[in-house]
Amino acid sequence: MSSCHNTALRMLLGLSLVAAAAGALAQTAYPGVGRPATPKEVQAWDIDVRPDFKGLPKGAGSVAKGMDVWEGKCASCHGIFGESNEVFSPLVGGTTKDDVKTGRVARLNDTGFPGRTTLMKVSSVSTLWDYINRAMPWTSPKSLSTEEVYAVTAYLLNMGGIVPDDFVLSDATIGQAQNLLPNRNGKTLDHGMWPGKGMGNGGKPDVKPVACMANCAAEPKVASFLPDFARNNHGNLAEQQRPVGPQRGADTTQPAAANAAAVAVAAATAAPKAAAGGAGAAALALAQKSSCTACHGVDSKIVGPGFREIAAKYAARADAEAYLTGKIKSGGQGVWGQIPMPPQTISDNDAKLLAQWLATGAKK
Amino acid sequence: MPSHDPASGRLIKAPENFISPDGVRQVFREGKAGRRDFVRGAFAAAVASAAAPAVLAQANPVPAEGGDANILQLPAHSTGLGQAVATDGYGKPSKYEANVQRRPSPGLTQTTQASVSFAPLQSLFGIVTPSGLHFERHHQGWWDIDPSKHRLMVNGSDDKMLARPMVFTVDEIMRLPSVSRFHFIECGANTGMEWGNVAVPTCQYTHGMISCSEFTGVPLKILLDMAGVDYKRGRYVLAEGADGSSMTRTVPMELIESGEVFVAYGQNGEMLRPEQGYPLRLVVPGVQGVSWVKYLRRIEVGDKPYGTKDEAIHYIDLMPGGLHRQYTSTQECKSVITTPSGGQVLLDKGYYQISGLAWSGRGKVKRVDVSVDGGRNWKTARLQDPVMSKCLTRFSLDWAWDGKPTIVQSRAMDETGHVQPQYSQVRAVRGTRSIYHNNAIQSWLVQESGEVKNVQLS
Repeated sequence: MSSCHNTALRMLLGLSLVAAAAGALAQTAYPGVGRPATPKEVQAWDIDVRPDFKGLPKGAGSVAKGMDVWEGKCASCHGIFGESNEVFSPLVGGTTKDDVKTGRVARLNDTGFPGRTTLMKVSSVSTLWDYINRAMPWTSPKSLSTEEVYAVTAYLLNMGGIVPDDFVLSDATIGQAQNLLPNRNGKTLDHGMWPGKGMGNGGKPDVKPVACMANCAAEPKVASFLPDFARNNHGNLAEQQRPVGPQRGADTTQPAAANAAAVAVAAATAAPKAAAGGAGAAALALAQKSSCTACHGVDSKIVGPGFREIAAKYAARADAEAYLTGKIKSGGQGVWGQIPMPPQTISDNDAKLLAQWLATGAKK
Repeated sequence: MPSHDPASGRLIKAPENFISPDGVRQVFREGKAGRRDFVRGAFAAAVASAAAPAVLAQANPVPAEGGDANILQLPAHSTGLGQAVATDGYGKPSKYEANVQRRPSPGLTQTTQASVSFAPLQSLFGIVTPSGLHFERHHQGWWDIDPSKHRLMVNGSDDKMLARPMVFTVDEIMRLPSVSRFHFIECGANTGMEWGNVAVPTCQYTHGMISCSEFTGVPLKILLDMAGVDYKRGRYVLAEGADGSSMTRTVPMELIESGEVFVAYGQNGEMLRPEQGYPLRLVVPGVQGVSWVKYLRRIEVGDKPYGTKDEAIHYIDLMPGGLHRQYTSTQECKSVITTPSGGQVLLDKGYYQISGLAWSGRGKVKRVDVSVDGGRNWKTARLQDPVMSKCLTRFSLDWAWDGKPTIVQSRAMDETGHVQPQYSQVRAVRGTRSIYHNNAIQSWLVQESGEVKNVQLS
């Protein structure tokens, strides 16, 4: 195997040398393969924006406009104030006016502070712009206009107290915003985990243990293990181990002490369950395809209520199907919590199918 | 083998799998908050919690009637006609292997599209991960893309970075000279749940964000040469995906010039699986998985790094003092014992082959040492051939378990001489809040009952 590998490598090096030796020849080394990209094609795909703002398109967007975009397209996952952790880690919070001055987020040193928001971590405003532009909103990425990306980035910074209410973020003002970013000075490249010469310390590890072989440590002390109440939190481990071999999986539905005699095999050897079929599966597939499952679980709440919770709530309502069709089409807020559900772009027929499924119990 | 009362080997049926969502949330809340009140200090205390009399399953008794019914009475498969060829045009594992599945960790993520499933390392042999069990990490869901419509573009960050921006079809990529190489891919957050304290029960969840395949593809250097790249200025490459997240990461040109980085279309002899980026993904050996961009649509050559979301907001390592390390990429020397490992129950005392996996993003694994006494003494394990660079290496050690509680550990060393650290050593430098790049030594406590438990030592 390793000799194959070497031959391939030698071939590759040989080819690379030929290619490197004559740039003009490179194209003809593989005649008939590849073609020049047109300017129109490059423009369509070359969307990246670097920390030096190379690639940033001209344009502008205000905080006020950003608020509209946010409430329509972002708040359903990220919360009205960017504070929600229902779907993703919070975006806003944990930064102070003082951080804006120093460029270092002080709370990153506070081990009591519960989490790290995006604004606590981000060191370059280009990263926000680039990512929102390429990947947001989550269920319809790349749908925002350039103005909307500027605006929503401005609003995000405004919610973090970084830019004022009347701020307009543009290719001309983005440098100002950069200079106010709370964690702009919070990064380091002093590490050995960049496998190139341009950054880092050249690959030197920071932890340098020595391989002791005998009489190395004192009596081992267990400092951490899973508490008994968490024993079954990953499901029954007996069903996650092969039912043949030197060991079995622990039956975690039983207390640890009782387990040794109860090595579960019978259930573990059961043949795989038949795939679910029928109308329920089709409805669930439609829900998946329509991105409903990004916010709704089958049984329980993710950000919105679980499908079965909806089914249970409206089980007795005669007009449940019509009501739910309307809710799917036009969205809503307040029935299940304060995070709004945006209106869904879905055909009337699909909305009706989903509502029908919900109204009849959301069965699998 | 010692003989036991056959009755003690009776195996009982496990109840249906049930996970309480509230329980899941509670343990993760507490895990995240670093709550330690369940943590007791002493080795003895941990053992005591499970110190019930060990009743061991019988391995191979001779029944009273003088012979095993499985031998004396010929089964249907010995006395009947089996199934036809091509009953299944794409064969599947035995129905008895249904437990061997990749699985998400309950409560880890709140959506199923920006999520992870973990490879079942506890059930795998050798070094290759079956493609259907390869761990998954998606940021915005996975797609099955029509290869006839997929394109790969190579362009520059400015007009002079390369002679000609180019477009390739998948047909064209597959015409070019190819390489096939075995490499591991590990998520930078593998073992991330364990930075502060023990949080998950089995090696599937502690280490299962790693997989290893034979990948086939075209060295990226060939494509860059065809585009006429100015290698003097172009020291960074941006890789970009075609999916909704359009994942981007910066890769150093040195790795491309070395010939190591390639645009893969093959995985274990067939095309890439959709979950792994069909039809094209970048292979960046030794570097964390997020740089192995799936559904690869574009390569941009540039003179500066790109500060993308997954190198400047996520996949950054929080250090004591509050600075974040950005652009951390290399997966350092690491290993884990997969047999015996957390959540397993050893069936008896006596002989076992301790077996596990070792790897390093800096090259070949040079040596693996194993301790069966909680790190006081170590023995050098056997390495199974082949040992390849930036690839999983299987190690093993003979062990006769005396039935007493003990802690087993493995410690890898790579060809650069770097040694895998203990938790105390890695925390002394990096603290406990990094999330990423936890390569500490894993400890498994084998209890008297035979049940193996995930523990961390002080």
